[in-house]
Amino acid sequence: MSLNIIVLAKQVPDTRNVGKDAMKEDGTINRAALPAIFNPEDLNALEQALRLKDANPGSTVTMLTMGLPRASEIIREAIYRGADRGVVLTDRALGGADTLATSYSLAQAVKKMTGYDIILGGRQAIDGDTAQVGPQIAEKLGVPQVTYAEEILGVAEGHVTVKRRLEHGVETVKAPLPCVVTVTGSADECRPRNAQRVMKFKYAASPTERTQLSDELAQRADSRCPEIIQEWSAAYVEADPEQIGFPGSPTKVKSIENVVFTAKESRCLDNDDAQIEELIKELITNHTIG
Amino acid sequence: MANFYTDNPDLKHHLSHPLMQKIVALKERDYSEADKYDYAPYNFEDAMDNYDKVLEIVGELCGTTIADNAEDVDHQGPRVENGRVIYADGTSQNLEACRKAGLMGMAMPRRLGGLNFPITPYIMAADIVSRADTGFENLWGLQDCAETIYEFASEEQKQKYIPRVCAGETMSMDLTEPDAGSDLQSVMLKATEQPDGTWLLNGVKRFITNGDSDIHLVLARSEDGTKDGRGLSMFIYDKRDGGVTVRRIENKMGIKGSPTCELVYKNAKAELCGSRRMGLIKYVMALMNGARLGIAAQSVGVSEIAYREALAYAKDRKQFGKAIIEFPAVFEMLATMKAKLDASRSLLYETSRYVDLYKAYDDIAKERALTPEEKKESKLYSKLADACTPLAKGLSSEYCNQNAYDCIQIHGGSGFMKDYACERVYRDARITSIYEGTTQLQVVAAIRHVTTGTVNLLIDSYREQLAAGIKPALETAKANLEQMTEKYNAAIASVLEAKDTAYVDFMARRLVEMAGNIIMSYLLLLDAQRNDSFIRSAQVYNKMAQAVVNTHSDFIANFTPDQIEFYKA
Repeated sequence: MSLNIIVLAKQVPDTRNVGKDAMKEDGTINRAALPAIFNPEDLNALEQALRLKDANPGSTVTMLTMGLPRASEIIREAIYRGADRGVVLTDRALGGADTLATSYSLAQAVKKMTGYDIILGGRQAIDGDTAQVGPQIAEKLGVPQVTYAEEILGVAEGHVTVKRRLEHGVETVKAPLPCVVTVTGSADECRPRNAQRVMKFKYAASPTERTQLSDELAQRADSRCPEIIQEWSAAYVEADPEQIGFPGSPTKVKSIENVVFTAKESRCLDNDDAQIEELIKELITNHTIG
Repeated sequence: MANFYTDNPDLKHHLSHPLMQKIVALKERDYSEADKYDYAPYNFEDAMDNYDKVLEIVGELCGTTIADNAEDVDHQGPRVENGRVIYADGTSQNLEACRKAGLMGMAMPRRLGGLNFPITPYIMAADIVSRADTGFENLWGLQDCAETIYEFASEEQKQKYIPRVCAGETMSMDLTEPDAGSDLQSVMLKATEQPDGTWLLNGVKRFITNGDSDIHLVLARSEDGTKDGRGLSMFIYDKRDGGVTVRRIENKMGIKGSPTCELVYKNAKAELCGSRRMGLIKYVMALMNGARLGIAAQSVGVSEIAYREALAYAKDRKQFGKAIIEFPAVFEMLATMKAKLDASRSLLYETSRYVDLYKAYDDIAKERALTPEEKKESKLYSKLADACTPLAKGLSSEYCNQNAYDCIQIHGGSGFMKDYACERVYRDARITSIYEGTTQLQVVAAIRHVTTGTVNLLIDSYREQLAAGIKPALETAKANLEQMTEKYNAAIASVLEAKDTAYVDFMARRLVEMAGNIIMSYLLLLDAQRNDSFIRSAQVYNKMAQAVVNTHSDFIANFTPDQIEFYKA
C-alpha cells in the first residue's frame, strides 16, 4: 500500500561543538554563534521514512519543520536524500515556544495536511534534549505513539511493526495506523544525498528564498521544482494565538549559570598501579567515565 | 564530520583549471540538455557547481562511511561460498551507500541513466575514494567498463546494460588467464558461436578483480585455430544468464577488500561486443587506457593518505624534546612526499583533461561530421592523452609506493606495527605499479612518445605558457627546467644515435623518467602560477627532478651500448 508519511525535523544549533558564546544572557540559545544543522536523530527518522517509501511504491514523504525561514535548508537536505516536499512552519508569533506550544503548533500543521498514515520524528533534538515533542503531538492528534524506535520492520494491514531499543533490551511492538513513531540515534544512519537529486533540487526555494533570487534563478526554481518547499504561518494552520509562542509556553527559564571548567588540564601520575586505580575510581565516582 | 573533498583545496584547484570551460561545453553540447533533463546544467557555472556539489557528496561518503569501514574490510575481506563471492560487510555497506548517492555510471550519458560527467570530475572522485579505501576504489571504479560498452557495443546492448550500471550493478573486465598476463595475445578462453547469434564461453580466467560482478567484459578466442591477438573478440557476460562460477579468491598482500577471482566458464552464454577480432587490438586497448587512468587516480589517493598520516604523526610525535617534524631528516621526507603527491596529481588531471577532450570529440563524431579544425584538435588531444596516460600511471604508482614507504619510516617502530593505518597503506600501494600494466610496460607504452617528440610538444606548450613571465620565487626552477630539457634532448639524441632498438629498450626507463619529471615540474610551475599554495611543492619537486635528470643524463652519457653485456642474464 502507498503511504502518506510525515517526517518531523528540526534545524538545531550544533551543540556538539559548543563555545563560550553558546548561551545568551536571557537563558536562550545563541543560534548565531553555532552552525545550524539537521537534528541528528531526525535524520535517523528520515531514513526509516525513506525505507518505508522504498518498500511501499507510491508513498510520499513530506517534511515538517518549525523554525526560522532558513529552516528550509534542512528541507532541501531531506529532499536531496529522497523526501518529496516540505513545509516550514514559520511565524514570529511562534517564537519562544516550549515543547507544549511547539507540539500544539506542529499538530495544527499536521491537521492542515491532506491526511497521513504515519508521522516519524527523531527521539529528541540536541538543543533541548526533552524528547517531549513527538509524544505530545501524538496526544494532541489522538493517535498512538511508539517511542525509542530503532527500526520499522514493516507496514501491513493497517499496522506498523516497530523494533524499540530500550535500556535493557529490545521490544517489538505493533501499532495501528495512523500513529507517531520517534526514532533513536541507534537506528541506521541516513542515506547520503543523491547526486541527481542534488543537481535538480538545488534550485528548490521557499517563498522567502525565492524573493531573494535573481530572475534567472527564480525561473529555474519554478521550472524544475515549483512550490516544493512551502511556508505556513500560524494563522494558516489556524493556531490559537494563546497556545503558541511565548504566550503558549508555561516553561520559563528561572536562571542560567555559566559553568567554567576549572579543573587543571592534566595531572601527572607515577607509573604505579595503585595511583591509576585511584584515578579510575575517582573518574567513575564523578561520572567522567563508566 | 570529515569530508575528503572539502578538506583538500588542491582538488578544487585542479577542477577549476581554465581548460574545463572547453571540456564542459563539448561534453554538454553547449548545454543543450537543460530543457530535456531536470538535472542537466544550464551553463558552465551551473555545471561546475554540479561537479562541486556531487564531489562534496563523494567527499562526505568517503570521509565517513568508506574511511570508517576500511580497517574492518581489510581484516574481514571477501569470501567464496558455493561459487559466489560474498563481500566484507563494510564493502557491501560502501556499495549500497554509493548506489543510494547515485555515484555509479557517473560518466555515462543522461539518456542511459548517468550523470554525464566529464572524465576529470569522475577521476577526481576516484582520487577521493582511493584515499578512503584503496581496495574499494577498484570495485567502484570498475564502472569504467561501461565506457567500453558505450563506445563499442550496439545501441541495443547500451540500452540493456548501461542503465543497470548506473543503477548500481557492478562490472569486471575478465582478461587475464593463467598463461596470459601481460601477454594477452595468449588468451585461450574459447568462444563458440550459436545458431541464434549468441556465444558460449568455456575456459578459465585468473586474477579477475571483482570477478563475481553483475556484468562482465570478457576477452575470448572467437576464431578457432588462431594463436595471436587477431583471433580475440570482446564479449559481454550477464551474471543473470549464469554459467560462470568463482573457483577461489586469492589471498593477497593488500587491497584485501577487493575480491580477486579465479573464474570457471562452463557454456556461459555471452553476447559479442563490437566487431569480431577487434577484442584485443582495439577494445582492450581502449579499456586499458581508461583503467590506467583509474590506477593513476588510485595511486594519487594512496599518496594523499600516506602523506596525511605521516604529517599528522610527525607533528604529534616528540623526541629529544621536540616534534620530529622539526628535524631536517623528517621535514625533508615530508616535503618530498608532498611534492611527489602534488606532481602526480597535476599530471593525473593534465591527462584526464586530454582524455576528456578527445573523447568528447569522438562522441560528437557519432552525431555529426567533425570540422577539419576539430579533427585536427581531436587527433592532437588523443596523442597527448596516449603519451600522458602511461607516464601518469607509471610515475604516480611508483611515487605512491615511495610515499607509503616513507610514511612507515616516519612512524618508526610504530609504523611497523598493525596499530596504525600506514601499514595497510603500504600493502595497498604495492599493487598499483603492477596491475593494468606494470611500470615496465608503462615505459614501453611511453617511450615512443619520447622518441617521436610528443613529450616535446607538451614541454613546448608549457614553456610558451610561461613565456610571459613567472612569479619571482619560481624563476630559478624555470631556468633549471630549460637546462633539464636540454639534457633530456641530448640524452634522447645519444640513445637514438646508436640505432639499436635493444639499446633504446634498455635506456627507455631513464628517458621516460626524465620526461615525466620535466613534465611534472612544469605542471607544478603552472599550478603555482595560478595558486601560491603550490609554490613550495614546485620548488621542492624541481630540486628533486633536477637531480633525477642529472643522474640519468650522466648515466647515459657515460654508457656505451656494448656495456649492456654487464647486465645480461
